[in-house]
Amino acid sequence: MIGVGKIKQYSNVLDKPLSKGKQEVSLSAFAFLFSELVQYNQTQVDNIAELERRLEDAGYAVGARVLELLCHREKGNRRETRLLGILSFVHSTVWKVLFGKVADSLEKGTEHEDEYMISEKELLVNRFISIPKDMGTFNCGAFVAGIVRGVLEGAGFPAVVTAHFVPVEGQQRPRTTILIKFAEEVLIFPPSLVTVLLWI
Amino acid sequence: MAAICSLYIINKSGGLIYYKDYGSGGRMDTNDSLRVASLWHSMHAISQQLSPTTGCYGIELLEADTFDLHCFQSLTGTKFFVVCEPGTQQMESLLKVIYELYTDYVLKNPFYEMEMPIRCELFDINLSQVVQKDRVVLLGR
Repeated sequence: MIGVGKIKQYSNVLDKPLSKGKQEVSLSAFAFLFSELVQYNQTQVDNIAELERRLEDAGYAVGARVLELLCHREKGNRRETRLLGILSFVHSTVWKVLFGKVADSLEKGTEHEDEYMISEKELLVNRFISIPKDMGTFNCGAFVAGIVRGVLEGAGFPAVVTAHFVPVEGQQRPRTTILIKFAEEVLIFPPSLVTVLLWI
Repeated sequence: MAAICSLYIINKSGGLIYYKDYGSGGRMDTNDSLRVASLWHSMHAISQQLSPTTGCYGIELLEADTFDLHCFQSLTGTKFFVVCEPGTQQMESLLKVIYELYTDYVLKNPFYEMEMPIRCELFDINLSQVVQKDRVVLLGR
């Protein structure tokens, strides 16, 4: 009943683009699958940090694959080598393919040079999930954080990515912020520079 | 909304898993609400057996002098019922909407254990929105 959106109808089957195929799945089916993923991982761990790590690892595998697929499909086998390029690739292209919309915002951290934030008012994976009080600040967005880390690391930008709830004034529900902290070497030797050095 | 007095959700074995009081009418403590829930569960089961028609799914509406009780039973045996003022309209569709919210925000929540009391923030938020919403919106669904 609650769906991501309607699938575009083509009057002629020949007008349909060949490579993309059917892009959307039922939100309910995804929600149940994700719920089972969380429940299964919950039985395998002793504490919340461990659960968060396992969800992130599951997302990492998705991210690594999504990068390969989208570089081929959307960018003609080219990979982003600039920091801002890869960030906007995650914020728009990856988000659009995975969640059917562009992420709400992409910002640079105010305190540190190497931090960026992707914020989402209502993260798709959290749509039906209420975190019990005793689990504190746990966020199932850890899965999405893992996806982002998978994409970034695959493209040569190692980073630590975490998901946090951030309360919004005048709103009942907090929004989710994906915090990206790049590794030191990314700022000193970005992949674009490394490529140039290799040529020399 | 004055018309609805209270909402109950009971699991398939008759245990109360959700209770919400909407202020008007006689207030009940936890024990009373548990009693009403299990009593209704039994009455509902008996009514199925006693019904003269075949294929009866149990009581859907109980009309009393001072209140109406509308009941909706899902295919899995979970029962939703509201106690409201006599003659309140559109309670069937309200129960369907509540069932929809239950399937969305309770059953898809990985931290909910089946047949256990419902403690889901999102369910509470969306439920109060639906109950407070103007009836016109409910009709339009």
